[in-house]
Amino acid sequence: MIIEISNLVKRFGRHTVLDGVSLSIEAGEVVVIFGPSGSGKSTFLRCINGLERADGGKIVVDGIELNHNKEHVRQVRAECGLVFQQFNLFPHLSVLENICLPQRVARKRNPEESEAIAKRLLERVGLLEKKDAFPAQLSGGQQQRVAIARALGMNPKIMLFDEPTSALDPEMIGEVLDVMKKLAKEGMTMVVVSHEIGFAREVAQRMIFLDEGKVVEEGRPEEILNHPKSKRAAEFLGKVL
Amino acid sequence: MLILESGWLADQLKILWQILLYLLPVMPVTIELTLLSFGLAILVGVFVGIARISHHPIIEKSSKAYVDILRGVPLLVQIFFIYFGLGKVLHLSSFVAGVFAIGIGYSAYLAETVRAGIQSIPKGQYEAALSLGMSRAQMMRHIILPQSLRLVVPPMANDFIACLKDTSLVSVIGMRELTRAGREFYSQFFVDFQTWLVVGLLYLVMTLGLSRLVVWVEKKFKVHGLGERGG
Repeated sequence: MIIEISNLVKRFGRHTVLDGVSLSIEAGEVVVIFGPSGSGKSTFLRCINGLERADGGKIVVDGIELNHNKEHVRQVRAECGLVFQQFNLFPHLSVLENICLPQRVARKRNPEESEAIAKRLLERVGLLEKKDAFPAQLSGGQQQRVAIARALGMNPKIMLFDEPTSALDPEMIGEVLDVMKKLAKEGMTMVVVSHEIGFAREVAQRMIFLDEGKVVEEGRPEEILNHPKSKRAAEFLGKVL
Repeated sequence: MLILESGWLADQLKILWQILLYLLPVMPVTIELTLLSFGLAILVGVFVGIARISHHPIIEKSSKAYVDILRGVPLLVQIFFIYFGLGKVLHLSSFVAGVFAIGIGYSAYLAETVRAGIQSIPKGQYEAALSLGMSRAQMMRHIILPQSLRLVVPPMANDFIACLKDTSLVSVIGMRELTRAGREFYSQFFVDFQTWLVVGLLYLVMTLGLSRLVVWVEKKFKVHGLGERGG
């Protein structure tokens, strides 16, 4: 198991966002998490790489336990690429530098090596010709593809996606999903918070329905999408599909 | 020219010319004072500005106290305090005491400007940097500060111009800068209106020149997308 989470609890003030979530994910698995807004999906994802500190339970990523040890947190973050809903590219850096700088700083790669890797990744996401552009000059879909390349530059073992297409105009969703599908087919371990049912059906091995901080239902996409067992999942899918 | 060589207007112009000749050699002192004290203010201000957002309670509280005290006491009083108070113990010249007093006084304003600049960077930038495995120090150095320092160029420019004008305050501790030289001239020749007119104009020339310089710097530091970012 590359990710092992047991009984994860997260509170914001008096509000319990995650109420004892347990989940194990195998290397190479693609898991899609969905559920109504406020169900704790994003918080769950952010706990995995330590952006949110859990209030209870245990998270082990690639054999490293996430705890108060700062070095552990950094190691886990280096193993987990995170792609945000709002892309969060660095606006003061060119596309190429967005991908190179983290490699140089956090992976201690030399400039030549990091640039070679960045160019290869940009080619993979189809944006090599934009290498000298600045983020503000790109469309949302292009920015998100750069963000994926930036995360991949760290050679993560796991990629986490936090609603990667929710901030995009409809015509740009496809290009981002295509990059993600390619990645899934190459065997990357992926945890994706998304309501893109088509994507889940095509590449996910497992879907997890989260509601009010609890795993309500989990199973293979065709099971959960066609024959949801719980009433809440059925209701929610009725609205989304 | 013949008309100008005699009569009231010619006399006035001669006086103004004399004042100008007397004051011009002193202008570099004012510029030097400004550059050195503002340089010190930036150095200390960036440092204190970062300390203001520290998670460490002692660092945060003491940097806040630093800013509150320095902003709450008139610069003139600070100059007196440093020159007559500390200066007598440490044997500071009026130039060193002046640079020190203005630099420290302005560092408090700059610290607040820097703090505001840092805090205007969206949370997503911090999260992106951290999620890529950067340490907090690396994140500040490579992601947060480069963006916030660019954002604070315009407000800092205002402080810079104010700083230039406030160098006139060190005339009270005997520092021979532009204002002091103006007073010397006036007390020798008793042409008050003309003297202060020229002194004022010379300050105006310097501040307008600075404004031009600032526009140039702003253009140079402008970054695609900074300040026009959504979300």
